[in-house]
Amino acid sequence: MKDNKLKLVISHSPHVHANNSVKKIMYLVILALIPELLVSLAYFGLGALIVTLTAVGSAVFFEWFIQKFLMKKKPTISDGSAIITGLLLAFNVPSNLPIWMVIVGALVAIGIGKMSFGGLGNNVFNPALVGRVFLLISFPVAMTSWPTPGGQNLTAYTDAVTGATPLGVIKEGVKNGESISQLMAQIPDYWNMFLGHVGGSLGEISALALLLGGLFLIWKKIVNWQIPVAILTTVVVFTGILHLADPDKYADPLFHLLTGGMMLGSFFMATDMVTSPMTPKGMTIFGIGIGILVVVIRVWGAYPEGMSFAILIMNAFVPLINMYSKPKLYGEVKKNGK
Amino acid sequence: MVALKTFKKGGVHPADNKFSADKPFVKAPLPKMAIIHVTQHLGAPAKVLVKKGDKVKTGQLIAEASGFISANIHSSVTGKVMKIDNAIDASGYKKTAIYIKTDKEEVWEDGIDTSDDLVKDIPYSPQEIVEKVKKAGVVGMGGATFPTNVKLTPPPGKKAEYVIINGVECEPYLTVDHRTMLEKGHELMVGTKILMKALGVDKAIIGIENNKPDAIEYLTKISKEYGGITIQPLKMKYPQGGEKQLINAILGREVPSGGLPIDVGVVVQNVGTTVAVYKAVQKNMPLIERTVTVSGTNFPNPANYIVRIGTPIKELVEFAGGVPENTGKIIAGGPMTGKALSSLDVPVQKGTSGVIFFPEEAAHRKPYQDCIRCAKCVSVCPSGLEPYLLMTVTEKQMYDVARKNHITDCIECGSCSFICPTYRPLLDYIRLGKKTVMDQIRAERAQKQKK
Amino acid sequence: MSEVLLNSILTLGAVAVVSAIILYFVAQKFKVEEDPRIDDIEEALPSANCGGCGYPGCRAFAEACAKADNLDNLYCPVGGNDVMKKVAEILGMEVQEQRRQVAVVRCAGSYEHREHHNVYEGPENCAVAHQLYGGETDCHYGCLGLADCVRACDFDALHMDEKTGLPVVDEDKCTACGACVEACPRDIIELRVLGKRDRKIFVSCINEDPAGPAKKACSVACIGCGLCYDACKFDAITMYDNLAYIDDKKCVLCRACVEVCPTGAIWEVNFPPRKPKPAKKKAAATAKKANETKGQTTAKPINISDLPKEDKPKEEKTEAKQPEVKQDENKTEEKKNETNENNN
Repeated sequence: MKDNKLKLVISHSPHVHANNSVKKIMYLVILALIPELLVSLAYFGLGALIVTLTAVGSAVFFEWFIQKFLMKKKPTISDGSAIITGLLLAFNVPSNLPIWMVIVGALVAIGIGKMSFGGLGNNVFNPALVGRVFLLISFPVAMTSWPTPGGQNLTAYTDAVTGATPLGVIKEGVKNGESISQLMAQIPDYWNMFLGHVGGSLGEISALALLLGGLFLIWKKIVNWQIPVAILTTVVVFTGILHLADPDKYADPLFHLLTGGMMLGSFFMATDMVTSPMTPKGMTIFGIGIGILVVVIRVWGAYPEGMSFAILIMNAFVPLINMYSKPKLYGEVKKNGK
Repeated sequence: MVALKTFKKGGVHPADNKFSADKPFVKAPLPKMAIIHVTQHLGAPAKVLVKKGDKVKTGQLIAEASGFISANIHSSVTGKVMKIDNAIDASGYKKTAIYIKTDKEEVWEDGIDTSDDLVKDIPYSPQEIVEKVKKAGVVGMGGATFPTNVKLTPPPGKKAEYVIINGVECEPYLTVDHRTMLEKGHELMVGTKILMKALGVDKAIIGIENNKPDAIEYLTKISKEYGGITIQPLKMKYPQGGEKQLINAILGREVPSGGLPIDVGVVVQNVGTTVAVYKAVQKNMPLIERTVTVSGTNFPNPANYIVRIGTPIKELVEFAGGVPENTGKIIAGGPMTGKALSSLDVPVQKGTSGVIFFPEEAAHRKPYQDCIRCAKCVSVCPSGLEPYLLMTVTEKQMYDVARKNHITDCIECGSCSFICPTYRPLLDYIRLGKKTVMDQIRAERAQKQKK
Repeated sequence: MSEVLLNSILTLGAVAVVSAIILYFVAQKFKVEEDPRIDDIEEALPSANCGGCGYPGCRAFAEACAKADNLDNLYCPVGGNDVMKKVAEILGMEVQEQRRQVAVVRCAGSYEHREHHNVYEGPENCAVAHQLYGGETDCHYGCLGLADCVRACDFDALHMDEKTGLPVVDEDKCTACGACVEACPRDIIELRVLGKRDRKIFVSCINEDPAGPAKKACSVACIGCGLCYDACKFDAITMYDNLAYIDDKKCVLCRACVEVCPTGAIWEVNFPPRKPKPAKKKAAATAKKANETKGQTTAKPINISDLPKEDKPKEEKTEAKQPEVKQDENKTEEKKNETNENNN
């Protein structure tokens, strides 16, 4: 009499789901990173391939190992988040970095940057950047001798010809009293920078490829446009003012947009869901903060590049930003209206 | 093409699945035993007027409203009261119900016009209209079941400016409002005129989503015969059928937080309710039947039925073709806000707009993980809340924080749970938090009144 | 070099001295006069900060004790009489000894007794499930089995029994702080005072449905027949909403009600075995037969006191799992009707 043994499932509404899983999101992000990966394979050759594979492989391994044996729960490596961490770590190091350093970086990124906080969703800082900054501080020489792109033997790995990045050239030059216009002659022109024919970490070279991937993610609604737009606008405005004030000492905004990890950072690192604010308002504040910090570090700081530090510092402010940037309520009643 | 109107904040796009959109209404057979609950509306339960052994006619008052927010209940069949006992309803709890065994011959209560003739003249005063609506026990038939007569009597000092008729039907699967607009267009128009007269309003807007072009076209055509009624096509987006969202979509106004639509000069009524108002006023017909969509991805013949209230869903489903074999979940109402049924003995009530079957493979929830802070729930929330936060604080029983973050503004549309990529049961917890906070607020209010 | 060093030391030293003086005066000025006994009382309290006393933590309770004129309305359920005696000593007051209370789960609807005919999916949280619907069984009053009470317990005194799906109270650990009572959305758990040798008798059901549906939903439900009410000579039992309730303050533990209960909804715990029957559960069948011949409704043989303590909860379960008493249904039915009429 009980409905022919029908055992019905009871749950709260809604009973349907959009079916966009973490996995889907993560694989779309990976897809968006592919163009840049191709560019860097083309320019750096074998080195880029080795570093990328090592980083991804070890990141996935460490995540699996820590979840299985230290946290004693079912590993969730198939969701793809470790792959992204590995990819982004690889994108943030030179293509001639020794393999063991890459592995150490991946261990720090996954172990300290992610798992020590409780895994995906609980980390405060962008794991890939934690790994990158760890490497940068521990092995400053290896981390700042970038192979020059293209031209030479693509199968060269650790013995590749190295050179400074445009940012490094400018920083050193300005310190030594040379003017920007003199220094500009020593670096590739903007068109080459845009396409990626420029020295740097393996995933930060082609603004074009990164822009493509970034726009794809925005179109797919995986990242919100607020963060990249806020960062880039702030950087343009800030460096623009500086450039107008003293064009000999400060490079123009376009230079800042095309160099270093500006595009990679704005579209892929700062927009990491876990470590960015929850509301559009908060995201804008977050982006502006990164923009200001990155220019400050680049222009006045000790390092030529400040994207990673800027993002990590703003990551620390996210809980605070979340607290003070509430979304606008439907039909919000004015305080005195009560 | 001009961009279609829709509400501004949040919203999601669940798969439409309106399989029964082109199926005309079919009258379902009378139940063998009608189970009529005395709580089919928001507010106080109605007071039972009959006792065991009484003979009742169809349309006879069997339980009367017992407070300001309450509604009359009428017998939907002719027969004998067998018992007054607890019966499980869609809420999953047992509630008082009147069991009536149906006689072979149907006898209607005196004064009810059962013909289908359209009566256009409205000779009644606003007070008479409200009285008739109240007498007929009409409640909001979109699902919220708020007594309609209460909505038609705005609090003193507040004046309605617009009547908005809700023909949005943004819930997937459901097609009863769509069919009503097509088949009962004139009744709907007269009903709208009645509502306008009751509220002293000269502007009415019928909001319809653009997935029902035939309804938009037909109503636009016939609305010319009736002054003051316009049809507003809307862009599809869930939860457009929510009162506050609909007002925002059509008029661009926002109902203040904690307020009612009347605060911005609007009264919203569902299409089905409007037709029920027409019947109550023009035909003296109490609310004893309603329209129900029976559908589902695994249901072979999705269709729309006119069903007497109190018909056990089991009987309706048997008439519609029986429960599909691999059913894992049955929902009363739409899939976004409806209630999962634990038993098919549950009767059709005034608020039951559909019976939706889910196959076993779609019936289960996926296990949930930690929040990855993707902020999708924040971006889809039509109330501008932060569901991820509300869930966490409810889980930790930090109800004061939940309250500060406006948990009571949640309209329980389910968009957050729908979109969450980690399948977190956001609304499950938010409901609990909302209820707890509401109870706290009520207790505080009661205490204040004592002082 | 040494000059620099000297200067630094002197400056820092001076800063330190000045700060110290300022701090001293500030501390003097803002000193809060506190009853020194509060610290002593707090020392004596168990520091569980569970809130079982009704105050937000042990410190607040200590303050309340120090302020109070007598200790009549102040009781630390965790520390019990011993701690209250100490508190009374510190304050130089008298304290009345209170009987020990424990949490009691008033639902016996294990998987065997209640048919689960649907599947709940959602968070493992009773409050959420309770808000959703009546539950997996037909009993809409009973335990949902999602362990809100277990999570609420700060003393590890509650755990879920996987076999029955019900929580079990470890009476040795239970401090009667009331956290589980608060946590249960269905008010199933109640604090009850224990009798001599930790004995207790209670109705292990809160189903308010009439006899028919209640019995159909759960074979060990209280059907509100009122037999126990008639059997009790001490006015300890009240009937309301188709349910019997035993007042733990009035109950003299005579067990008369246990014997007459037709569904076995009344539990006796920590009692010695009944005289005519041997203790162990093997004897249960024999006991049943004996009763059948007598034409009485069976009382469950309970035999806790002579068992080692760890076995207590287990033994209770075994007893609850015994096949239900089906005999003499007619008679019971008759009695039921009688009482129902009486009640009406």
